[in-house]
Amino acid sequence: MENLERLLHEHEFLKGFSEAHVALIVACAKNLRFEAGEFLMREGGDANTFFLLRVGRVALEVHVPGRGTLQMESVGPGDVLGLSWLVPPYRVNLDARAVEPVVALAFDGACLRGKISKDHDLGYELVLRLYEKTVQRLDHVRLQRLDVYQAP
Amino acid sequence: MSEPFAAGADPWLPQPVRVLRRTQETADTFTLWLDVANGGFSFAPGQFNMLYLFGVGEVPISISGDPNQTHALVHTIRAVGSVTTPMQRLKRGDTVGVRGPYGAGWPVDQAFGKDVIVIAGGLGIAPLRPVVYELVRQRGRFRNVTLLYGARSPADLVYRKEVARWEKKLDGRVHVTVDHAEADWVGPVGVVPALLDKVSIDTAATVAMICGPEVMMRFTARALANRGLPGDRMFVSMERNMKCALRFCGHCQYRESFLCRDGPVLRFDRISSLLDRREL
Repeated sequence: MENLERLLHEHEFLKGFSEAHVALIVACAKNLRFEAGEFLMREGGDANTFFLLRVGRVALEVHVPGRGTLQMESVGPGDVLGLSWLVPPYRVNLDARAVEPVVALAFDGACLRGKISKDHDLGYELVLRLYEKTVQRLDHVRLQRLDVYQAP
Repeated sequence: MSEPFAAGADPWLPQPVRVLRRTQETADTFTLWLDVANGGFSFAPGQFNMLYLFGVGEVPISISGDPNQTHALVHTIRAVGSVTTPMQRLKRGDTVGVRGPYGAGWPVDQAFGKDVIVIAGGLGIAPLRPVVYELVRQRGRFRNVTLLYGARSPADLVYRKEVARWEKKLDGRVHVTVDHAEADWVGPVGVVPALLDKVSIDTAATVAMICGPEVMMRFTARALANRGLPGDRMFVSMERNMKCALRFCGHCQYRESFLCRDGPVLRFDRISSLLDRREL
């Protein structure tokens, strides 16, 4: 557990988190490995897990009939994966596939929700960071939607 | 800055130059090698030429070759208009007219002793390629050199083999992303500013050179500013409708600047307040 706490402290997303808050959420965490090609999440599945990626890249994909599987975005070391564990109905909206060997801290969503419902300071810290990531990704999606490289 | 070649020649008169070869980079993008071995051709990274397709028209095209290889003049061109589309059919031995080089280039000397981040979007890699050649050639004069390059899809990436070679020469500090990809792409998927997360930025000693569609440059410069990089160490290459390239016609006027002479490379803090002006 002590080793896991250190891994949590070292992750970019949790930088600056207090010892007490890390101690609270470490009980919800596991350090997991995925092989290339393995799915971390599947579209339509239960959103049970919140990942903090440590090693490797994960493709966020959607299968489009007639066009095949399209990568919408990829995330890598230091990134977060999975927002739906926090919001009902707790369903995954995209496939998340490891494109190379991945190591990630995986948090049980129900466990985390239980912790933040009891400790609102923890909830504030966590949700503020998730919101910051969400705003950044929204900004990137806006630029992506502009399709700036298409021929005039 | 270099003077238009064939010193003393009429600056309005294109010099006829033979095509050495043409290579297809992507479905709509090609590179022309022009024979300037006789007189040589010197230019600064970031400068452009006016290329004239006889009987069709003239277009401004950035020089994308190595500034230290003066026997061939290299331009990478996207076939999108009434001049560049027929240009794609040029073959070895054909003749095009050249006027140039023109414009203010990238401030390579201002980056001596600093970290350099080169950020290219789409065909913005072409005007930046001469800079990368210089950064590699003079590697010891800079600290960390990083190249971030984004394109619409894997099929739209140009200079792929060369970018892979640069990765070795720049200690792995090359990151390539695409906006969209199919499942077989193993690289990052996302917009160019997202690549900045992979780069640690020493805000006191970093120079950024950015080239791509104007919106991409705006988003990228904003992301760099959010990381604390001051606008006087960000440089962007602006594109407007250049016609004379001699600061006469006014087609490329960007408020008080004429991009053909004062640009195309401009310091970001000098134009940042203009970028969101709809009238410009």
